[in-house]
Amino acid sequence: MTLLWIPLLSLIGSVISACTGKLSRNLSTSLTALAPLVALGITLYHAPAVLAGETIRYSLAWIPSIGLDLSLRLDGLSLLFMFMILGIGLLVILYTRYYLSANDSMAKLYSYLMLFMTAMLGIVMSNNVIQLWLFWELTSISSFLLISFWWHKSEARKGARMALAVTGAGGLALLAGLMLLGDIVGSYDLDVILASKAIIQSHDLYEVALVLVLLGAFTKSAQFPFHFWLPHAMAAPTPVSAYLHSATMVKAGIFLLARFYPALAGTETWFILVGLTGLTTLLFGAYIALFKHDLKGLLAYSTISHLGLITLLLGLDTELATVAAIFHIINHATFKASLFMAVGIIDHETGTRDMRKLNGMWRFLPYTATLAMVAAASMAGVPLLNGFLSKEMFFAETLHQQVLGSMSWLIPVLATIAGAFSVAYSARFIHDVFFNGDPIDLPRTPHEPPRYMRVPIEILVVICLLVGMFPHFMVGGILSAASSAVLGKAMPDYEVALWHGFNLPLLMSAMAVAGGLFIYINRKYLFQFQASLPPLNAKKTFERAVLSTISWCQLKISHIENGSLQRYLVVMLGVVLLCAGWPLFEMQELAGAMPRTPVDVHNAIGASLLIIGAIATVIWHRSRVVALLMISIVGLMVSVAFTRFSAPDLALTQLTVEVATVILLMLALFFLPQYTPKESSSLRILRDLSIASTLGVVVASICYALLTRPLNSISDFFIANAKTGGGGTNVVNVILVDFRGFDTLGEITVLGIAALGIFKVLSRIPLYMPASDGEGRPWARERHPILLANISHSLLPLALLVSAYIFLRGHNLPGGGFIAGLVTSIAFILQYMAHGSSWINERFGVNYRKIIASGIGIALFTGVGSWFFDKPFLTTWFDYFDIPFIGKTELASAIVFDLGVYLTVVGATLMILASLGNMTADTQRKEVNI
Amino acid sequence: MELLYASCVGVLVSCGVFLLLRARTFPVVLGLTMISYAVNLFLFSAGRLTINKAVVLGTGADYADPLPQALVLTAIVIGFAMTAFVVILAIRGRADLGSDHVDGHLVKNSAESKEQK
Repeated sequence: MTLLWIPLLSLIGSVISACTGKLSRNLSTSLTALAPLVALGITLYHAPAVLAGETIRYSLAWIPSIGLDLSLRLDGLSLLFMFMILGIGLLVILYTRYYLSANDSMAKLYSYLMLFMTAMLGIVMSNNVIQLWLFWELTSISSFLLISFWWHKSEARKGARMALAVTGAGGLALLAGLMLLGDIVGSYDLDVILASKAIIQSHDLYEVALVLVLLGAFTKSAQFPFHFWLPHAMAAPTPVSAYLHSATMVKAGIFLLARFYPALAGTETWFILVGLTGLTTLLFGAYIALFKHDLKGLLAYSTISHLGLITLLLGLDTELATVAAIFHIINHATFKASLFMAVGIIDHETGTRDMRKLNGMWRFLPYTATLAMVAAASMAGVPLLNGFLSKEMFFAETLHQQVLGSMSWLIPVLATIAGAFSVAYSARFIHDVFFNGDPIDLPRTPHEPPRYMRVPIEILVVICLLVGMFPHFMVGGILSAASSAVLGKAMPDYEVALWHGFNLPLLMSAMAVAGGLFIYINRKYLFQFQASLPPLNAKKTFERAVLSTISWCQLKISHIENGSLQRYLVVMLGVVLLCAGWPLFEMQELAGAMPRTPVDVHNAIGASLLIIGAIATVIWHRSRVVALLMISIVGLMVSVAFTRFSAPDLALTQLTVEVATVILLMLALFFLPQYTPKESSSLRILRDLSIASTLGVVVASICYALLTRPLNSISDFFIANAKTGGGGTNVVNVILVDFRGFDTLGEITVLGIAALGIFKVLSRIPLYMPASDGEGRPWARERHPILLANISHSLLPLALLVSAYIFLRGHNLPGGGFIAGLVTSIAFILQYMAHGSSWINERFGVNYRKIIASGIGIALFTGVGSWFFDKPFLTTWFDYFDIPFIGKTELASAIVFDLGVYLTVVGATLMILASLGNMTADTQRKEVNI
Repeated sequence: MELLYASCVGVLVSCGVFLLLRARTFPVVLGLTMISYAVNLFLFSAGRLTINKAVVLGTGADYADPLPQALVLTAIVIGFAMTAFVVILAIRGRADLGSDHVDGHLVKNSAESKEQK
């Protein structure tokens, strides 16, 4: 449980520090530092057990159904990284306090830093690979926020975008790789994956998974050819560069390699891919670093080179190489973070990082200079410093490997050359900045920074020295714990010590130092040569790639999305055609085994009427009133078809809806043109006709195939249980109000929403009121014919009686809330037509929105009501009672639910029709009660 | 019978799709209405064609499939609500844009609206 608190604390710290914007800088810093301090305490508390070889685990079920647990582990490797993340994090927090100017929001930077810390802790502590990936992405996002901290600078924004694009793309590859691994092993649990080396490496997809995981690691750790984002990430504030882009985040890729070492390493592919990538990066970074005039640029390429070194070590096929890799992770983090902080001080004090201007800083900043020189010497691999030890181990291991077969001797040679370059750029860093004459027009005259700004550097440099001189005492324990976690067994017998006698690695070190100094002294010629090469600007290339991708996408989008709805519809219908038509070709036989029903004369007449109506609608579609009449024939025939095929409920519903639809469309024609102009070209009509007929044929074929195949329905359950479980004999209605009552509740809600939407769309509409019909005839002066008015008077009570009857019998005989609601609505619409809306509003004055709301409310509360009887939502209750004069009667809660349906249907239908009708009636728009 | 029924559905789909592809709102609404007839008939046919079968319990031994009927019943009502919504949208579009073209071309500023695209 205490394990969970480590990432949780830093997450809480992120929130806390975000709130410290109004407080003093010191208070803000102290509050921010609190969480990592406690987390470090917890880590230290667990350290003895882990150093003794134990792995502490903690797990919390999260989404067990997809194998995702919140699962943490703490082993030697995690412990090492946690020390770095929390320790250097604390130093960076202190350093930031003095680094940031008063104009920058310190709370924001702290909050991002803590968020990043959470993500990083999450990566190193995850015991579930998907969870690991989530935190991995979180580091990319927090790194994006941190690089773009000075968002007003274009280079910061571009650098941040580039970093996010590269590491984000790698993250996706990693996700794919991890999912493959999970699939191969059958679990996303890290313990299981790490223990399944044999299964993974014998699997066909091992190479694919390996490459995907490596892509993730290499992009994050800025390995060649994905290195280019790191120098541009230097647009971030220097504490961020020190923390993310040298000490921790770029090591996440290395961590990943180390973490999956037990499962993925050991094959030829691994050694070739990891080793060669590392070697290339090592050489490339070391070479380019020498030519960078920007101090942070030099350090960035140096970081790339050192990351390459660690990668190379992990790709060498000896066990001690892995130990050396871990050792170098520690050493690089200490000397590089301190160098970045020193550069931050120089930048802060002089206002520039250009080495052509910065000279002779020794006189101005003697104290900082000493610290920086020690760290730089460690970077170069000078004895008595930690960098020397791991580099020496590195040299020794290059001599023992067999990665390149007979050409393996190349690796130590190239390693020595890279070492020489690293000495050269370290020498340049020291000599150019602190000596080499006088500064050239500096923006500010430098002097020593505040006392506490140097403290983080001092601590790190002291660690460099102590580790360099007493390696076994300082890091022996953690090194052995971390190595055994990576290797999966105890660390090979090896003594990290300062002195191993006169041997080949020592000679290589000496050659590297001598060669480096030689390169530095003769740098003039190298610089000239480098300047004669064509310039390679990664940022411009990247930006160009981004821009061309965007414009290519825009071009493609404009091809598809040109703003024409007709065109979208054609595309969509085409997709429908493909999806629906394709399976037909795979079907052996269209007709199924069911015996056909013979065609009788009634059906033939009905079908021909339907077809004639449909085709007539199309033919006369430009004359809209005629088309409306034609389509109403179709609607009528559909309801006749429902009657014929034993579906009286449907027939009633269709009939009433048909009436409402025709009234609605008639009303609509009042506001719309009554004739459609002839616009479509013949070609367009041909295209549309072919799409329409093909789709018709496809649907007809599917329908025929469906109709001629035997039915295997689940309806027997409903038929068997309608009476006993739902208390009704009309199975359709019982399904609606009981079995599938929840669906019905959703449906009446949609109905209500549609009606409200219509009400909203119609409000404040700029009315277009035609004074005449489409042929120029004025409207009839008699708006409400007396005959209709009188008949409708007497019809209303009758219609309401019918509707009540249909409603009440609905549970047992065809009918129910939907149909009754529609009948009632039509009865009222007739009144509207006969008398006009003002007449209705005077007499009834109902608010249809309230009716809809009460309908949905009643239905909902009927459902909720069953909770009071410890039953699931919408459980029906019914029983039989003897009521005087009426006899034995069934009372069911379903009828209350059906009442809700009824009210919603009435409210929605009337609201739709009345709000439209109201506008035709009142030419001067009055506030009408809808 | 089955062939006739399927042909009816097919004809409705064809006519509906053709109207759906017209450029003015009213034919599109008619097309949608037509397609919803077709869809309802199609869904209903999932219960197969049953002539003179019982629908109410206790009135016969052989029952028509009630499940597609229940599904289609709500579909009809919702279909009406959706048709109504589209119609009202068409009216609003006509009122706001002065044209009943589906792409919402402004009558006066058609050049300007093209530029915006």
